[in-house]
Amino acid sequence: MLSVSNLSVTFSQYEQGLRRKQLTVITDLDLEVKAGEVVAVVGASGSGKSLLAHAILGILPENATVGGTMLFQGQPLTPGRCQQLRGKAIALVPQSVGYLDPLMRVGQQVQRVAQLNGLPRSAAQTAVKRTFQRYDLPPQAARCYPFQVSGGMARRVLVSTAVVSQAELVIADEPTPGLHPDVVVETLNHLRELAQEGRGVILITHDIEAALMVADRVAVFYAGTTAEIASAQDFATGNLRHPYTQALWRSLPQNDFIPVPGNQPSPEALPVGCLFSDRCPWMTEACLPERPALRAVRGGLVRCIHADR
Amino acid sequence: MLTGEGLWFRYAPQLPWVVQAQSIAVEPGEVVGLMAPSGFGKTTLAKLLAGYLMPTRGRVSVDEQPLPARRYCPVQLVFQNPELAVNPRWRVDQILREGHPPQMHQLDALGIHPGWLTRYPHELSGGELQRIAIARTLNPQTRYLIADEMTAMLDANTQALIWRAVLDYSRAHQIGVLVVSHDWPLMRRLCDRILDLATMQDHSTLVSQ
Repeated sequence: MLSVSNLSVTFSQYEQGLRRKQLTVITDLDLEVKAGEVVAVVGASGSGKSLLAHAILGILPENATVGGTMLFQGQPLTPGRCQQLRGKAIALVPQSVGYLDPLMRVGQQVQRVAQLNGLPRSAAQTAVKRTFQRYDLPPQAARCYPFQVSGGMARRVLVSTAVVSQAELVIADEPTPGLHPDVVVETLNHLRELAQEGRGVILITHDIEAALMVADRVAVFYAGTTAEIASAQDFATGNLRHPYTQALWRSLPQNDFIPVPGNQPSPEALPVGCLFSDRCPWMTEACLPERPALRAVRGGLVRCIHADR
Repeated sequence: MLTGEGLWFRYAPQLPWVVQAQSIAVEPGEVVGLMAPSGFGKTTLAKLLAGYLMPTRGRVSVDEQPLPARRYCPVQLVFQNPELAVNPRWRVDQILREGHPPQMHQLDALGIHPGWLTRYPHELSGGELQRIAIARTLNPQTRYLIADEMTAMLDANTQALIWRAVLDYSRAHQIGVLVVSHDWPLMRRLCDRILDLATMQDHSTLVSQ
């Protein structure tokens, strides 16, 4: 359904006066999403997760240049096509209640999305009622303003907006941090249901545990590249290919809680070779001259030359 | 010892109680976890203990002394969102110096790059800025640290890195730490003991509200 390959995003910034510099924040990002599948995108902050979402939706700021190819249902995503599909075939479930209009009742906001998708007014009203029922939102919740609903309810309202749009691809951006575990499970189950209806779902998160609860496949981003794409089972079975993915898994409190020291390289000072080389226990001379290409190892994709050992 | 005795809090006389009859004690060098469902007043309790709010009834004290009203507070609170806890118009080195002149080896332990010191807060990512907010509190005047969902926004590796540095510091300097979190495996990993507000509290009064 969606295929992103070699995506790059470059910002042009004013340095001093009229002199500009180019800052490449995403280099060689790859991702594939099929219908009926949940793909989790996991990585530290600054790894390019949200920029990917913005690139797919075509809502990057004006000083950004996009390279590489993005195909949606076989056709390239051009800025014009993005604008056409955004909110209709491709929908975003944003992070927080802050993305709702604070001066509009939540029922009305969901109804407006349905109407923008071409439903007549009465059909849109029924769609809203049906969706609210499906997500256990009481009928009076539709008459509430965003500040009057609890965090968990707001989350369900946001999912409702994606559901009434009939979108084929749903992108959920960090839907879980700081929520109570029960609400987290509920939110993730809603995403799973969307996939069971045949939609493609991208779950963007920094929380590996949340990702593994619902995802079929997990893409691990590091410093603006795809380090590894693994199936969700690979984590529990120890079939991880990239040293960074292994480090992330080890650093979970329920595993060893052992972190790798250091930081993601900043976009201004990216190394020439492998981006993880300065923190990697497997680093050799061969890692330094050029960036490793994404290649297939043991049923997954990985960007590391030592992965098959 | 940091103690809160019989703490009650509400925002105004006619509003419902947010914190009811809570007592808590943290010894120097001890790591205590605090858990409860949403809406139980965990964050409010943290703000009472750090002197951000005054309790309606009860008292907060450090070694039998009330919290100072003007000087540096020996109880420091770190929030989930660092963007709201720093002055957006100050550079990072000025933010750090607000507490105490920072020590380089400590910045290093937290993974703070010297290049970040000349930047403004919006030029750092959330994880980078959270390290700054933590570094600011780790100084000789701080005796107790309250971490309210301090690493909920961070990836697992950064979370483990930061907690290692904080626990090393607290052990070396006998800092008492109160960890507020939803993450049960993390609490089990960090804490000497864990308090569950839901079982300490009288359930009947909650149901009637």
